[in-house]
Amino acid sequence: MLNAILPAAVCVAGIGLICAVILVIAARFMAVREKSQEKELRACLPGVNCGACGYPGCDGYAAALAEGTEKRTNLCIPGGDAVSEKISQMLGVEFQDTVEEVAVIHCCGDCEHAAKKADYSGIQTCSGAKMLYGGEMACTYGCLGKGDCAAICPYDAIYMEKGIAHVHAPKCVGCGLCVKACPNQIITLMPDTKREVIACSNKEKGAVARKKCTNACIACRKCEKICPTGAITVEENLARIDYDKCIVCGKCRTVCPVGCILGGDHSGRHRFSEDNRGGRE
Amino acid sequence: MMRDLVIIIFTAMLVNNYVLVRFLGICPFLGVSKKLHSAVGMGLAVTFVMLLATAATWPIQTYVLSEFHLEYLQTIVFILIIAALVQLVEIVLKRYIPALHRSLGIYLPLITTNCAVLGVAKNNISEGYATFIEAMANALGCGLGFLLAMVLFAGVRMRIETAKPPKCFEGMPITLISASIVALAFYGFAGVIDNMFL
Repeated sequence: MLNAILPAAVCVAGIGLICAVILVIAARFMAVREKSQEKELRACLPGVNCGACGYPGCDGYAAALAEGTEKRTNLCIPGGDAVSEKISQMLGVEFQDTVEEVAVIHCCGDCEHAAKKADYSGIQTCSGAKMLYGGEMACTYGCLGKGDCAAICPYDAIYMEKGIAHVHAPKCVGCGLCVKACPNQIITLMPDTKREVIACSNKEKGAVARKKCTNACIACRKCEKICPTGAITVEENLARIDYDKCIVCGKCRTVCPVGCILGGDHSGRHRFSEDNRGGRE
Repeated sequence: MMRDLVIIIFTAMLVNNYVLVRFLGICPFLGVSKKLHSAVGMGLAVTFVMLLATAATWPIQTYVLSEFHLEYLQTIVFILIIAALVQLVEIVLKRYIPALHRSLGIYLPLITTNCAVLGVAKNNISEGYATFIEAMANALGCGLGFLLAMVLFAGVRMRIETAKPPKCFEGMPITLISASIVALAFYGFAGVIDNMFL
């Protein structure tokens, strides 16, 4: 009995031992010395891989910080001040404030107000719809309504309602993925405070725009005239707000005949977690 | 001699293709064939591991297991050796070609338990390749066959991406169906090789 088992056991154990020794030697001599700091830095970052920092994903930013080629600790917008503070502490540098941002959608042409020019039944994405004569809506500047931004948002902050996208600001961290996803470029990032927003991107003349969407900016210049600080200018048939001058008085909103200036609180997730911790989430 | 080796390589690659004819190593075949780039990387990695595994297991079978009449330990010893080899390959890759290591990701450790690699090691013995060179040629052929199947199927899958199959066939079902059609095509090679090098 033992004579049968012993050689087999010795054989397998011997081969196993040889393999183990080779592996130990290999691991000893060819071990990759990972910069431990890089791993720690990577752990601080949120891991959304949104690219808002300008690096290819969180790994890239962590590597650049660890290498010392990147000195700015405030590049992670989804992470906000909290992450900036952690990174600064870890690297032993001064805390740099992050400008928290939220995504804002510059279109309010929902299905009740915007006219359709066709029924699109192709691939149900904005980029697909855009390729076919600029989408099914008459207005080729506005929201295409297929929800590419909502699909890409890692925080579920964008929802589709009445055929256009809306940002649920308390969830938005300002990673900017939706900005890149929108084929019509109607989404911008803005510092998250109370503010007026021109919710239209149409650059056509008033009469033309009006026919396509009753919520479109018709460039009537009423807002430009009433603005006490001269923050609003109309360029290319579209009102624009200079946020350095805007005092959020709300007068433009009251005179706008089409109601495409939206006010309100655009406080993002960062502000909510700063002001009333755990209050809203 | 040379002719024999060429026949062994082509037979292993086309007629007895491990993925499409013998249905071994289906997991990476379906898992990594979405993009051509990673399919090629995986195919090369498997080819490399198959060659290494043969280089290690054939001598062990011939000079250790057969010598001591321990043939019944073949499976467990081969698994042991292949696992250690893959681990070694991973250490080496991580050290010297980190880019490839990153792109292979989880699939490199998965080669450890890839039945295609174990299949090559076992078939080298059971098909009775008399010399080390022949066994290595067979391993090379199998690896190239795996690479070929991966590359071909990556192309097919890129077409499937844009096609619109019925709802119930979307995703894995249509992938499996197209895999079976590609496999059918490979059955056409049966009997070709013997006449090819006459």
